[in-house]
Amino acid sequence: MLAVPVQALFGQLLIGLINGSFYALLSLGLAIIFGLLNVINFCHGALYMLGAFVAWFLLDKAGLGYWPALLLAPIIVGAFGILIERLFLRRLVGLDPLYGLLLTFGIVLFLQGLFSNWFGSSGMPYEMPKQLQGGQALPFMFLPNYRVWVVGVSAVVCLGVWAVIERTRLGSRLRAATENAPLVGAFGIDVPRLVTITYALGVALAALAGVLAAPIYRVSPLMGADLIVVVFAVVVIGGMGSILGSIVTGFGLGVLEGLTKVFYPEASNTVIFAVMAVVLLVRPAGLFGRQA
Amino acid sequence: MKKLAAATFVFATIALTATARADFSDGVIKIGVLNDASGLYADLAGKGSLAAAQMAVDEVGGKIGKTPIELVYADHQNKPDIGSGIARQWFDSDHVDAIVDVPTSSVALAVSQVVKEKNKVFLANGPGTSDLTGKACSPNTVHWAYDTFALGNVTGKAEVEAGGKTWFFLTADYAFGQALERDTTKVVVAAGGKILGGVKHPLNTSDFSSFLLQAQASGAQVVGLANAGGDTINSIKAAHEFGLTKSGQKLAGLLVFLTDIHSLGLETAQGLLLSESFYWDRDAKTRAWSKKFAEKNGGKMPTMVQAGVYASVVHYLKALKELKSDADGKAVVDEMKKLPTDDVLFGKGSIRADGRKIHSFYLYEVKKPAESKGEWDLYKLVKEVPGDQAFRPLSEGGCSMVSAAK
Repeated sequence: MLAVPVQALFGQLLIGLINGSFYALLSLGLAIIFGLLNVINFCHGALYMLGAFVAWFLLDKAGLGYWPALLLAPIIVGAFGILIERLFLRRLVGLDPLYGLLLTFGIVLFLQGLFSNWFGSSGMPYEMPKQLQGGQALPFMFLPNYRVWVVGVSAVVCLGVWAVIERTRLGSRLRAATENAPLVGAFGIDVPRLVTITYALGVALAALAGVLAAPIYRVSPLMGADLIVVVFAVVVIGGMGSILGSIVTGFGLGVLEGLTKVFYPEASNTVIFAVMAVVLLVRPAGLFGRQA
Repeated sequence: MKKLAAATFVFATIALTATARADFSDGVIKIGVLNDASGLYADLAGKGSLAAAQMAVDEVGGKIGKTPIELVYADHQNKPDIGSGIARQWFDSDHVDAIVDVPTSSVALAVSQVVKEKNKVFLANGPGTSDLTGKACSPNTVHWAYDTFALGNVTGKAEVEAGGKTWFFLTADYAFGQALERDTTKVVVAAGGKILGGVKHPLNTSDFSSFLLQAQASGAQVVGLANAGGDTINSIKAAHEFGLTKSGQKLAGLLVFLTDIHSLGLETAQGLLLSESFYWDRDAKTRAWSKKFAEKNGGKMPTMVQAGVYASVVHYLKALKELKSDADGKAVVDEMKKLPTDDVLFGKGSIRADGRKIHSFYLYEVKKPAESKGEWDLYKLVKEVPGDQAFRPLSEGGCSMVSAAK
């Protein structure tokens, strides 16, 4: 089993990093929403799916290709997120986070059922943009250009979001509003609007991941369901609500999963949960979470 | 005298109704369509299978004699415990006489056990594992549309004959994938090929790039995809992306359905060799039936599983008509084996002692985008393989019913 050549290992590490970038993008959105809103956004996977489908719609119905979709899909899905927040989540403020979980779980069932009914389960084809087709022949593997693009985009977006929240005025207001909403409100800051913006931002990140995923995975109603459980594990391991934690853990677990696929592929969809169990036993607040 | 005549008449009527009742248990012929309604196999079976079964029922006017035929439907979520639970409930309290479809081999093997225990009828179309007519064969099961042996046999042999001597497998890690890999390996080795290695991946994997990298590193000429549904779609997409085919390796889709190719698009899937027992555009009869089916199924053309559901229900009802009873499942299956099969989709055929339905298999190649004239115009025929050459010989399956008959 240890006879895996070093070259192959490099390839697998790289692939792990690529998959990790999807985990990072999705768990980042989840972490922001939980950290700042205290909502366990279970419909994150469904919104990721929605992002991919909006991209498909734009191409199929409006003739708009990948590049406009990259911008438009997060905006459209983000607007849908505003709707969810204003119409539903807002009513649950102050209640146990479990109510939010149930509500968003209901939204998942609704969205998934609707799309399965319309499109079936095998999904829709989505062509890769011409500019990103092909790839580089590295000494140890063939690296598709598109995957490089995905890692690049998600790294930039993750860093950007982290910087906005930790380093800007908007970010500091957001963080303050999480700590003590009435006090921040007393300073004349519109807290409910902050909350809406935050939710829309988290949701837009999910949609962006969906558009990025559309050309490589199938655009199918179940694409979110396949991923969301893993992403939740990532957030739990990283520490619920920790932004840096979710980014680092996302990439890290992607690599770990990649390595498992080489050494013991049968366990590749279990390994993350084994890690989660161990982390919860040793550090219940997660690797980067604040100990209560 | 008049009184006597009246009494005789009344008595005769009672006796007649009594026999009519006794013919078909509970006064109704009830067929349960059990499959994956919302998961990765929902398109290749799903509600489409229900529509196909309904077409078979409608064809006989919805009843046999005076006994109405009813269909019920349930989702087994690809979980053996849920599938066998539904089967038990259907038999014990809902008066179901036969279960049809059941994709996902692990679920089908569990359901087959329950059907045998309750002495009902199982018309298997969705599942692939050839064990259903091999070491797990049952006097209550008919395996209709396809099986892993025929797939491996037809596609595998064709690939080896085309020069693909060395193989690497991507195998879905459950009963079906393992059976498909095993059956294909036998064929490849017998034809002079060699297996260089393989990977077993979990069911429902979204990213196959790691596995494809391993396949690439193996240097095998052919990468055999021993998986199905969404897993196959994702493997083919990733293989396309990682330049597997450009570097001279070939993909062998061991179980690829029409709906998978539709989802992949011809640009990605073109040139892929695959085998099926049914394709809607084969002849005038299949075209006519499929058009009718598509109207009931949201415009989607039937897969071989859905076609098999229709044909097997047609034949089941034919056997009931002859037998005039559905009480003894084994007797019904025996009758189905005795009667020659003949339907618009699979033509003339027969059912073997081990429960295997024998019909032709077809090797297809996926069309290039330029060759396709419509949304569902996806395959071109490479060759037809007669049933007796496509399926596993009766003596090699290890079915206990066959050895007992000797």
